[in-house]
Amino acid sequence: MKEFTPAPESASIVSVTDRVKPIALGMAVTSVHFLKERAAFVGGEETVAFVDSNCEITTVAVHSGGILSTASDGKRIVMGGDDGKVVSLDAKGEVTLLATDPKRRWIDAVALHADGAFAWSAGKTATVRSGKAEEKSIDVPSTVGGLAFAPKGLRLAIAHYNGVTLWFPNMAGSAEFLPWAGSHHAVAFSPDNKFLVTAMHEPALHGWRLADNRHMRMTGYPGRVRSMSWSAGGKGLATSGADTVIIWPFGSKDGPMGKEPAMLAPLQARVSVVACHPRNDILAAGYSDGTVLMVRMEDGAEILVRRNGTPPVAALAWNAKGTLLAFADENGDGGLLEL
Amino acid sequence: MSEATASKIPVTVLTGYLGAGKTTLLNRILSENHGKKYAVIVNEFGEIGIDNDLIIGADEEVFEMNNGCICCTVRGDLVRIMDGLMKRKGKFDAIIVETTGLADPAPVAQTFFVDEDVQKNARLDAVVTVADAKWLSDRLKDAPEAKNQIAFADVIVLNKTDLVNKGELAEVEARIRGINPYAKLHRTERCAVALADVLDRGAFDLDRILDIEPDFLEADDHDHDHDHHHHHDHDHHHHDHGHGLKHYHDEDMQSLSLKTDKPLDPNVFMPWLQNLVQVEGGKILRSKGILAFHDDDDRYVFQGVHMMLEGNHQRKWKDGEPRESRLVFIGRELPEEAIRKGFESCIVS
Repeated sequence: MKEFTPAPESASIVSVTDRVKPIALGMAVTSVHFLKERAAFVGGEETVAFVDSNCEITTVAVHSGGILSTASDGKRIVMGGDDGKVVSLDAKGEVTLLATDPKRRWIDAVALHADGAFAWSAGKTATVRSGKAEEKSIDVPSTVGGLAFAPKGLRLAIAHYNGVTLWFPNMAGSAEFLPWAGSHHAVAFSPDNKFLVTAMHEPALHGWRLADNRHMRMTGYPGRVRSMSWSAGGKGLATSGADTVIIWPFGSKDGPMGKEPAMLAPLQARVSVVACHPRNDILAAGYSDGTVLMVRMEDGAEILVRRNGTPPVAALAWNAKGTLLAFADENGDGGLLEL
Repeated sequence: MSEATASKIPVTVLTGYLGAGKTTLLNRILSENHGKKYAVIVNEFGEIGIDNDLIIGADEEVFEMNNGCICCTVRGDLVRIMDGLMKRKGKFDAIIVETTGLADPAPVAQTFFVDEDVQKNARLDAVVTVADAKWLSDRLKDAPEAKNQIAFADVIVLNKTDLVNKGELAEVEARIRGINPYAKLHRTERCAVALADVLDRGAFDLDRILDIEPDFLEADDHDHDHDHHHHHDHDHHHHDHGHGLKHYHDEDMQSLSLKTDKPLDPNVFMPWLQNLVQVEGGKILRSKGILAFHDDDDRYVFQGVHMMLEGNHQRKWKDGEPRESRLVFIGRELPEEAIRKGFESCIVS
């Protein structure tokens, strides 16, 4: 494994740091999503900060407390808070209250479907509201760790302790349980709807091939995987949690079974967040030391976007066209890069 | 305290059997004029009146980690709640976790040692157990949870002392001491205890392991051997030492104290200790030690919960300070002879 420390005089790497427009948000940031051409940085609590291409910042109050979960389809962000509320924020900056937990429990997870349906969870209960505003709920055996809609049909994956429940909200009695011992957090379908992957509490991913529920164990991480991103076309799943970007191959019908993952962009810091480019085989990776790199997946060539020496990178996203990259560290210092 | 430790948010775990007065103590902590903000994690959300801005309901979900080893259980809900609370860093100074009366404190404590993210942001300060002076003796007979909570405690608030007479109080204290002679014990009515006695104890802070001596309150003035609890006296009768202090030996929960003024060989001791907690970790609830190693001018300290151990060199032995090694184990059905033998084999001959 090669060692690499980006330094100002380092000639071994192409740098675009001088092309990054700096952003100082002045608040703790946990994620970023693009709504049209504006980057929407989600704060640790209460607010979302819109940043336009001139780096003008407009803040919008969305929750009266911590913001625990977010999901976006590029048109809006659906968020869950510790105020028991599910709200959405659109590209104009308009906030809509979608639901309130009757007991004001934390909204731990949210998911958004391409057709406008959304889901949220509080405790052991997951609720789906479809485009027709019908509301359906399901209780799973333990607190929900993560939610994701399948790319086809109205089907929800609910991650919890000891497995994942797959549920068609419009079909009574349709819940299917995929067991695997341990605590499952984030969950994601592959874009081709063939695989389901969870990030576990232990430093590992677990996957199922949905055709036959065959297990896929993806282990070897030194830390918990907190960020997963499908490559353009869904052939690879890029993940955080190690000191390189780990990319699992999902291109064949067996997925990553019996295959080694690609390990790109090694640094002496842990990858904290990854975001694959929406069209090309390029990804952006943020590290625990504040570094941001762009990495070509084919050969691992790196471009330096941001130098190290700050808190961990917490937020990283491309716009839908892949022409803008936004990032911020945990303290809200970040940047916008136009390609 | 190191800087890294100081910046971590202290977490106090409040346990106690049903009706002992946990909520009373919690409200007392919250209502005192300390100028601090607490995040309070309670069970059975909304059922009890707690006056605090930041209250989080917990489900007490105990999760097994590492292929289901019983000693590696954590509170999954706490992992999730700590993660969420960290988004509101700066809004509170400390966290109090109140458990249900039937809860085992170990998974709560272990959460703060096993989970990387939790460990990065928070540190376990102490396990505080509220006990009912009138009913504890009965509960120790019929409720294993009550016994666990006493054995696990760093601080015991012996509450409702106004409901018992002097003899009964002595009785219940003796029963507590039969299980856990090392916790700080405070007698209270309506949980009236100084906050400094329950908060910021640093009970899991290696830098604050000063000595390991039984805590005997008013019994400090007599000089008989306090290492009584390793007699094999399992008939559950007390023996009176003639000065009013009764000594009980609990049938299944004991503490075991080991001591030597001869130096230990770290190359023998460390593997022995590791192996001991691997093999007997299910039985050992808490362990603590101050160690004098051969050819080492630094004190070595460790503490553990079940199979989890952490230890470090603490400081130089002071001039004139006796270089003694002391270990304490609290647990059930401890294999005493094997532990003693193993410990002795670590002494440099």
